[in-house]
Amino acid sequence: MLTILFDGIAYGMVLFMLACGLSVTLGLMNLVNLAHGAFAMAGGYCAVVLVNRLGVPFLAALPLAFLASALIGLAFERTLYRHVHRKSHLDQVLFTIGLVFMAVVAVDYVAGSSQVFVQLPDYLQGRFTLLGVGIGRYRLLIIVLCGVIAVALQLVLMRSRFGSRLRAAVDDARVAQGLGINVGGLFAATFAVGSGLAGLGGALGAEILGLDPSFPLKYMVYFLVVVTVGGTSSITGPFLASLILGISDVAGKYYLPDLGAFVIYTIMIAVLIWRPQGLFARAAAR
Amino acid sequence: MPPALETIALNKRFGGIRPTSDVTFRLETGARHALIGPNGAGKTTMINLLTGVLRPSSGRILLDGRDITDLKPHARARLGMARTFQINQLFGELTPLETLSFAVSEQAGTGWDVWRPAGTRRTQAARVIELIERFGLADVMNARTAILPYGKQRLLEIAVAMACRPRLLLLDEPAAGVPEEERHDILATVMTLPADVTVLLIEHDMDLVFNFARRISVLVNGALFVEGSPDEVARDPRVKAVYLGEADG
Amino acid sequence: MSPQAQADAAQLLAGRARWHPFEVLFWLAAAASTVLLPGHHLILTEIAWLALFALSLDLILGYAGIVSLGHAAFFGLGAYAAGLLAKHELVNEPLLALLLAGLAAALLGFVTSFLVLRGADLTRLMVTLGVALLLRELANKHAWLTGGADGLQGVTVEPLLGRFRFDMFGHTGYVYTLAVTFVLFLVARRIMNSSFGLSLQAMKENPARAEAVGMPVSRRLIAVYTLAAGYAGIAGALLTQTTAFTSLDVFSFERSADLLLVLIIGGAGYLYGGLIGAVVFKLLQDSLSTITPQYWPFWIGLLLVAIVLVGRERITAWTAPLRAFAGRLDRRRGAAATKA
Repeated sequence: MLTILFDGIAYGMVLFMLACGLSVTLGLMNLVNLAHGAFAMAGGYCAVVLVNRLGVPFLAALPLAFLASALIGLAFERTLYRHVHRKSHLDQVLFTIGLVFMAVVAVDYVAGSSQVFVQLPDYLQGRFTLLGVGIGRYRLLIIVLCGVIAVALQLVLMRSRFGSRLRAAVDDARVAQGLGINVGGLFAATFAVGSGLAGLGGALGAEILGLDPSFPLKYMVYFLVVVTVGGTSSITGPFLASLILGISDVAGKYYLPDLGAFVIYTIMIAVLIWRPQGLFARAAAR
Repeated sequence: MPPALETIALNKRFGGIRPTSDVTFRLETGARHALIGPNGAGKTTMINLLTGVLRPSSGRILLDGRDITDLKPHARARLGMARTFQINQLFGELTPLETLSFAVSEQAGTGWDVWRPAGTRRTQAARVIELIERFGLADVMNARTAILPYGKQRLLEIAVAMACRPRLLLLDEPAAGVPEEERHDILATVMTLPADVTVLLIEHDMDLVFNFARRISVLVNGALFVEGSPDEVARDPRVKAVYLGEADG
Repeated sequence: MSPQAQADAAQLLAGRARWHPFEVLFWLAAAASTVLLPGHHLILTEIAWLALFALSLDLILGYAGIVSLGHAAFFGLGAYAAGLLAKHELVNEPLLALLLAGLAAALLGFVTSFLVLRGADLTRLMVTLGVALLLRELANKHAWLTGGADGLQGVTVEPLLGRFRFDMFGHTGYVYTLAVTFVLFLVARRIMNSSFGLSLQAMKENPARAEAVGMPVSRRLIAVYTLAAGYAGIAGALLTQTTAFTSLDVFSFERSADLLLVLIIGGAGYLYGGLIGAVVFKLLQDSLSTITPQYWPFWIGLLLVAIVLVGRERITAWTAPLRAFAGRLDRRRGAAATKA
């Protein structure tokens, strides 16, 4: 029981890493980016190549995965995404679906369609028992690492100059622009960091979520659920949403295997009906 | 006969702000009434409350004696309340003919007709043509609304409202943003609205207000400040103070 | 206003629904294909039901402005409904089964329309996507009924009207699918040219103003969403009936995404976009996927990205003369030109 809770938290933490960038970019630019998962996949495959082929130590591969995804994200933002900022949501949807399809096939072409794993070092394998709870070493690492990053993100957002500019821009991009904040540059930076975090999530989560070319499609719904349920106005909303999603998905699959993913979709639709602005969003200012 | 429009102790709060504060006033049938006030006095909030876009925090709104406080905008429209918008709210891809055809059809209650082609009902078509003519839109009737000159769009705004056969018409700054040379058309149109239609005009343009209105209410900080005939209001030192104060600041 | 101008106005008002020679030509060509292209009836059948499916998306996207990522939900429900009705010999007449499948999908559309009413584009995207995935999961987990991941096997479709057997070359299937699509197109055309259809276009442009004019916006949305769902269900049923098989991928996200592409190729909002898009899409798919079948999605993706970057209006500019037969754009441009 507590083990399931533990696994669920680890799973939720990974989801948070994967989705938090999406929620910030959505809130900031009102950009619907269904291709967010493709950047996560890039990080995951990057880690696979680094660790399995080049023998880079696992813990060193993580920041490299982050960097790789961030750079790819930045490149795409500056060359392609910036052309669709001002287009309609329909255009953004079409555009990002297109990117997903291309990414899926491209990865399939290069790396094959079968599932891949990152070889974990010995000290991260297995589990130990603490106070009667079975704790996987790797999952513990995930929780600690993601927890630290989440706290750091929150601090950066709330305390730093960058954070206050970002919050201002999320609140009202036009006013922020008027105050001399470079919203375009801010957005590119955020997009890059968001993609990087997704890449890190992809690298960390390859073990838990499984990694194959269809990753961006398979987990698109999960990202969207996190963003919908958590809202786009803070980091804590998506964080709590990720934990709830992770725990209920793990528990659902364990206790109610017949229902499968049914549980999550139902939760998502229910939340959308109940609170269209998200469970943890501030009351919509209209 | 009950008044055409009556508000009873109307209040609206947003957090700590109170853009509408205890507003009680009435419009007799056929009235030519203007609501004026300095910027930020709560005029837009007021019109949103009257039309049902916003819900009041407290108080009641009566249309021809009937309580409409809880009705949605479209239901109020069907009871004979029509409005124009301060910023054009038109259907950019439709032509004036199509726009008016739509409005006339909704007014006539044929909006649910899924079979008969739009515009083939003779009485409705005649009414559309009459509106096109009355509001001087004949030369642009088959052009996309989005590309019409601004003055024509303002006229179409009023035409759409009149297509609803309103008993009460709310005009939200009809002359706002209209270039000087097209302004005359708007004034002429507003001055010749049918006498049996009750009109509430919200406007900054004092020329228009004092030409048009038989009574004027002044709104300041969300509350009714002064009400009276144009002469009384023009002479009222407090009103002068408010407007001069604004001019000074 | 001169009497001449008045007559013009009356004619313009009433003339929105008039048939244009292009349209007649289009459908004559479609009818001719049943006789002239007997060797291609299988792919033509796919084009015909895809066209109907895209038409149904056009009703909500092109006319009412609802972006959906899960239109396959209704398609899939119709497909399974027709399959189950035939498999268990509940309804043997294909036409009647088709109608029932459409009704089932319409009912689902009605129920889910209340979810779609709420919220902005993003919420709608997720709700529609969620509903489709939910149905897929349902079908997946109830293998005793649906065959699960193996698909619904053992569907035998009885002869049409008790006389015309569905043959392996797809002759019957094509004539049947084309006829159904044509009839439903006529109905959609009639509806979209009615007062109801005009009100949807007004609502798409500006819902707040449409409501201020007295239009019950939510109820009209529910109506058109329900109608579109029924159309999609019938398209799905046609797929099952002409192939005697259906599987989980009728619900897939890729199907909904492909459908968006189909409609975008032809352009939304004038009814023929989906039909033209279906022809182009299938021909593209046929030629590209014979080279590398598994990489076909790449080309779809590239096409989507390119279309958005170039601009949808420019891509569909070539359809402008076709759109004109809905009696609109060119005359408006003409009017604007005389004004300027």
